[in-house]
Amino acid sequence: MSAPVFSVVLFQSTNAALRGEDLAEQAGIPVKLIPVPRQLSSDCGVCLRFFRTDQARMEAMLSAGNVPIDAIEPIN
Amino acid sequence: MPQQSPIYLDNSATSWPKPPAVAEAMTRFLAEVGASPGRSGHSLSIDSGRIVYRARAAVARLFGAPDPLRVVFGLNATDGINQALYGLLGAGDHVITSSMEHNSVMRPLRALEKKGTDLTVVDCSPDGELDPAEVEDAIRPRTKLVVLNHASNVTGRLLPVTEVAEICRRRDLLLLLDAAQTGGTVPIEMEEMGVDLLAFTGHKGLLGPQGTGGLIFGGRVDVNEVKPLKTGGTGSRSELEVQPEFSPDKFESGTPNAVGLAGLLAGVRFVLETGVDKIRAHEDRLMRRLLDGLAAMDRVTLYGGTRTAGRTATLAFNIAGMSPSDLGLALDEQHGVQARAGLHCAPAAHRTIGTYEEGSVRFSPGFFTTQGDVERALEGVAAIVAGGAP
Repeated sequence: MSAPVFSVVLFQSTNAALRGEDLAEQAGIPVKLIPVPRQLSSDCGVCLRFFRTDQARMEAMLSAGNVPIDAIEPIN
Repeated sequence: MPQQSPIYLDNSATSWPKPPAVAEAMTRFLAEVGASPGRSGHSLSIDSGRIVYRARAAVARLFGAPDPLRVVFGLNATDGINQALYGLLGAGDHVITSSMEHNSVMRPLRALEKKGTDLTVVDCSPDGELDPAEVEDAIRPRTKLVVLNHASNVTGRLLPVTEVAEICRRRDLLLLLDAAQTGGTVPIEMEEMGVDLLAFTGHKGLLGPQGTGGLIFGGRVDVNEVKPLKTGGTGSRSELEVQPEFSPDKFESGTPNAVGLAGLLAGVRFVLETGVDKIRAHEDRLMRRLLDGLAAMDRVTLYGGTRTAGRTATLAFNIAGMSPSDLGLALDEQHGVQARAGLHCAPAAHRTIGTYEEGSVRFSPGFFTTQGDVERALEGVAAIVAGGAP
């Protein structure tokens, strides 16, 4: 079995990241708030990690919730 | 006289006591979390940020606001009102308010008037009633905003917000509601009611600590058009020396009162779990008894009518031949009743109801006030009316 493949959502602020976490939990999308990996640049310090297979659902959910994001980046 | 526990009838100023969960949440925050919210990536900072976010989400849910990120925290309703007024109004803009407003609205409006904002104060009746048609008549081509309290902090009288909101929608104006006296004790659905900006405080009906409150932006407000009251560090966009443009960061510079917001979260959760309707029903029962009891006494004048419908759990009264300050002192010293005497930071409202010279005494029971407390307070007033010595 292969290791899980993750991406992260980078947000404008921790407030927005926490909103993203809340919406993902409501939508049943598994996420984890983690410090922004070194190779990525984001000011707010935290980002939301998710299984890359959930990317379409994540994008739709964040868009529907009007949560502004900076970027979605693969991390492995 | 025998020592009895004080009867606290000043919930319009600050609700007390609080649900035990409020102090527990604040103690837990200080003992186990402590860190700055939204400033670092470490787990204690994330925990702190999550508590602040949950407080945002709980407040949004209570007030029927769709987006927690449009809940901006500050010290109290005054902070929220100032943010809204100074953020929206400039020279040449016209703003309408009522003659029943607290100084939290009147003073910033008078200060803005000196800087060139035009202000119309619509008179209310001596019972504190506002005619929505008079608000509409006051609208001018440059009118931008209508500011109203949801309920007076003096008489408890509710203003016709839904009717004024309908006018604001039709005439393309924004409506700012000062919900200091109603948050947590009167149902509020800001989107449904047509409220565009809602100023709230944490330390009254939301049952949280002092130093919490703020402003909620409804869907019709473009936050890009609102100037922040202060600028500074937000934990976001730190590479820039200009203020970020997104909410809530744009309006929340400096480390927030996270311990207070932990308490506010517990208070709002208590309100949500108990239900605003149940809280209101309890307060209505207490008010019915207080109004009936006071109305039956000689020398007592009640302001703002004797109905419980259309008002919060706040009443103002006087005893003929006695100054409100003497009455307040006698209630406290002789009967242990904690009530507020004077002008209640609302000179315009006292002018409207005819009590500007000396003010009045205000009783405001809360969810934790008992029928027994109300009976003791009435006995106290009756004894003072009868001229009885302590």
